[in-house]
Amino acid sequence: MERRLLVAATRTVLQLALIGLVLDWVFAIRSPWVVVPLMALMALVAGVAAVRRTDRRYRGIWLNSLVSIFASSWIVTGVALLAIVRVRPWYDPQYAIPLLGMVLGNTLNGISLGLDRLTEELSSRRDRVEALLALGATRWEAAREPVRRSVRTGMIPIINSMMIVGIVSIPGMMTGQLLAGVDPLNAVEYQIVIMFLIASATALGTVGVVLLGYRRLFSPDHQFLYQQIRRS
Amino acid sequence: MSAALLEARGIGRRAEDGAWLLEDVSLAVAPGERVAVVGSSGAGKSLLLRALARLDPIQAGEVLWRGQPVVAEEVPGFRARAIYLHQRAVLFEGSVEENIRVPLSLAIHSGREWDEGRAAARLESLGREPRFLDKPARDLSGGEAQIVAFLRAIQLDPEVLLLDEPTAALDQDAVRSIEGLVRSWHAERGGRGLVWVGHDREQAGRMADREVRLDAGRRVA
Repeated sequence: MERRLLVAATRTVLQLALIGLVLDWVFAIRSPWVVVPLMALMALVAGVAAVRRTDRRYRGIWLNSLVSIFASSWIVTGVALLAIVRVRPWYDPQYAIPLLGMVLGNTLNGISLGLDRLTEELSSRRDRVEALLALGATRWEAAREPVRRSVRTGMIPIINSMMIVGIVSIPGMMTGQLLAGVDPLNAVEYQIVIMFLIASATALGTVGVVLLGYRRLFSPDHQFLYQQIRRS
Repeated sequence: MSAALLEARGIGRRAEDGAWLLEDVSLAVAPGERVAVVGSSGAGKSLLLRALARLDPIQAGEVLWRGQPVVAEEVPGFRARAIYLHQRAVLFEGSVEENIRVPLSLAIHSGREWDEGRAAARLESLGREPRFLDKPARDLSGGEAQIVAFLRAIQLDPEVLLLDEPTAALDQDAVRSIEGLVRSWHAERGGRGLVWVGHDREQAGRMADREVRLDAGRRVA
């Protein structure tokens, strides 16, 4: 226990110091040729991390996770930078990097929970899914219930945090702004926008990855390819 | 020219290591015909039945319905005409009635309505009262569950039933009930086909007109 605590504390210091140095450099350079690859790397790491947390996998799960996390986080961060915050230039690392980071951290959760639930539901309910198919259900009719449950599971954390935000906890970003002396109302305004961005990206990513998984695991012949699901 | 209702032509199914689980198996079910598929366990009987229902991908051969290959978009319609039943009845949460009504919510059966009178009459013929319909599915015995799964299928008026050892692990009374139900369903209207998978040859003799024997994934008789 003491050892783990020591390791965790050391990692916190080292990792944050490292990211501080990297960000310092990126903020100073302010070049899209540095910002965009860094954003891609962040999404890549998040996409891989989402799959690493799952108990069961199927062929193509890595690609499904990467596509969903890239599409959802980039679209939402893009909308935030171009239409909401209206940063100039759009790749201003002071905005782009932390916004993407916050979106990714939450989307990653949704995607990993959604995927985990989908493969779990389909494995434990294989006989029911097949019984529906055998009675003439289309693949969508047979998978609808597991798909619905998986999306719901992926959305639970963000919905919960939206429910309690400001009552039980003050989000990290807002705390940071308050400590930095920003006017509370101003900080709240930012926080609301951030929460909505995070919720949209999580919804987009979770629905995306669950639907991609569904298409992998059900063939156009309305067959459930249960053999593809393996324990990791 | 094929007069068969349902036909498997040269079906091949491989395991992941490439070995054939089913190799070049053909089988045809003519209207009104009852075919038993027998063989020791692991011979590929269930795999063949699942292939006939198009439930698993196959690596060789094809399945034909009334002489035509079943294409992807027609699979749900085909499965509504040739219904496959699992060895162990699959029931959902809820009552017996809710279970029997499950397929009525599927698009392919949208024209059908719940016929309580018909269900009650069937149950009566099995010596069960209409209030059996209200019983929670989780309280049913294995035999009762199989009866419910069977009633759920035959209310859809399938032309072929694909039964995978439906009486395995049931007591003698339940075996008699299921056999009686299958026989009366088949006799009720001419032209219905049946594929009965089992390892009990005596029972297969009772339930079918002819026998197809599998051994190690190949048809031997």
